[in-house]
Amino acid sequence: MHALHPARNQAAGVDGAAGGGPARPDPPDPKTAVPKTVLEPAEIGRALTRIAHEILERTDGAADVLLLGIPTRGVPLSRRLAERIERVEGRPVPHGSLDITMYRDDLRLRPARALGRTEVPPEGIDGAVVVIVDDVLYSGRTVRAALDALNDLGRPRAVQLAVLIDRGHRELPVRPDYVGKNLPTSKQEVVRVLLTEVDSQDAVIIGRAATTEQRSGT
Amino acid sequence: MNRHLISAADLSRDDAVLILDTSDELARLADRPIKKLPTLRGRTVVNLFFEDSTRTRISFEAAAKRLSADVINFSAKGSSVAKGESLKDTALTLEAMGADAVIIRHGASGAAHRLAGWVRGSVLNAGDGTHEHPTQALLDAFTIRRRLRGTGAAGARGAGLDGLRVTIVGDVLHSRVARSNVLLLSTLGAEVTLAAPPTLLPLAVGSWPCAVSYDLDSELSKSDVVMMLRVQQERMSAAYFPSVREYSRRYGLDAARMARLPGHAIVMHPGPMNRGVEIAAEVADSVRSTIVEQVANGVTTRMAVLYLLLGGTEFPATGEAR
Repeated sequence: MHALHPARNQAAGVDGAAGGGPARPDPPDPKTAVPKTVLEPAEIGRALTRIAHEILERTDGAADVLLLGIPTRGVPLSRRLAERIERVEGRPVPHGSLDITMYRDDLRLRPARALGRTEVPPEGIDGAVVVIVDDVLYSGRTVRAALDALNDLGRPRAVQLAVLIDRGHRELPVRPDYVGKNLPTSKQEVVRVLLTEVDSQDAVIIGRAATTEQRSGT
Repeated sequence: MNRHLISAADLSRDDAVLILDTSDELARLADRPIKKLPTLRGRTVVNLFFEDSTRTRISFEAAAKRLSADVINFSAKGSSVAKGESLKDTALTLEAMGADAVIIRHGASGAAHRLAGWVRGSVLNAGDGTHEHPTQALLDAFTIRRRLRGTGAAGARGAGLDGLRVTIVGDVLHSRVARSNVLLLSTLGAEVTLAAPPTLLPLAVGSWPCAVSYDLDSELSKSDVVMMLRVQQERMSAAYFPSVREYSRRYGLDAARMARLPGHAIVMHPGPMNRGVEIAAEVADSVRSTIVEQVANGVTTRMAVLYLLLGGTEFPATGEAR
């Protein structure tokens, strides 16, 4: 799903567009399309707080929960969720990262790419309730790869999926357990999640992949 | 990255750093219950070894298998090469069997380069005569970075070897390891000095990106890394030094010389060692020695190379689709 976000977006241009007039609800004409902010920092914060509470409810106070973020942006999201759960429960929740590069099904469609980091607590994942955390759920292929990667790390008691944005267009039978926001999109659109830890600002932006040179392929 | 890995000179600094970073991540695989990745499933890797080798061949084989590739081992002994088949005909046979990568070790310098012109898959040079051995240089660079620059996201990731002083000692003339290391380590920003008797330095050493010294003792105190080379008596057709004993006294690394190294300095050797000739047993077995680590890092680094060469698209570099 990272594949479908353009490599770079002009954050300054996004802000300028948002300030230029009221956001229109309908997808604008492709020729004049400008990226549009759909979630502000406060809304991202509220969505994560809600997901944290839902995890607590669904897992009996986060017993045995291990949050694993998918690089790049799933990792800071899983850290934020862990902080929120800790604030409520008063005890730390283990969290880490799960790189899925070597398990992707589209490796041969593009040049080999750099690996992200897999960081799992030393206790391992056996018997844990693993919550996979990612920024955008789209085709479901990343999640499939993540399930394969988990399989090589051990045998969790259960696996759940938390995403900040569900933009639809699934290509595999995958469904999320926790969703920050459902965002109906067309396949021509591009959803970008920006996080302070990586992009020095919090925002969710939707735009068109019209500028083909920015598309990193599918 | 290029499609082949023939020479350490093929690698830009970015390529080399990418290989080291990839190796760093793959090194963590060793701690996992399942030390295998599905990445190269259905790919075929051929080990084509015309010269004897244990560690390099096994290392490449382990690396390919950990990435789930199918490995075919081919050694010249007991094959049609013994009946007089040429390298080209052997290459075409492998081609017909659908090899995605050919790892070649050959006694003739330039063999890997020739092979690359005949096969469609990637060619990885695992040592060609006295020319090059690029994956050895990569695993050495990786070992140096891990030991002296740390591991993990905080320290080493993206880093080269800038400012480190590496002294390569001994039989440079017959050493493909030395040439590949000089090229790669200087690409990564290290300052390389060759310390060897004049008879064991190649004529063209003046054009290499390194300094040259005939006196090992004067280099010790300023070295972060000392890399000892094996005295390759099997390649020596003439007398390059008066006696093994004299060589050992002037260019061998013994405990007294090791004591003059800075406290953090490491001692490397590509193996196989001649204990008592270029390196004393107590040095080889000391805590400064990275010799066993180098073997483990060899598998990791070769996994990184195989992944980066074979893991992605099938080379759009040539332009037309096949």
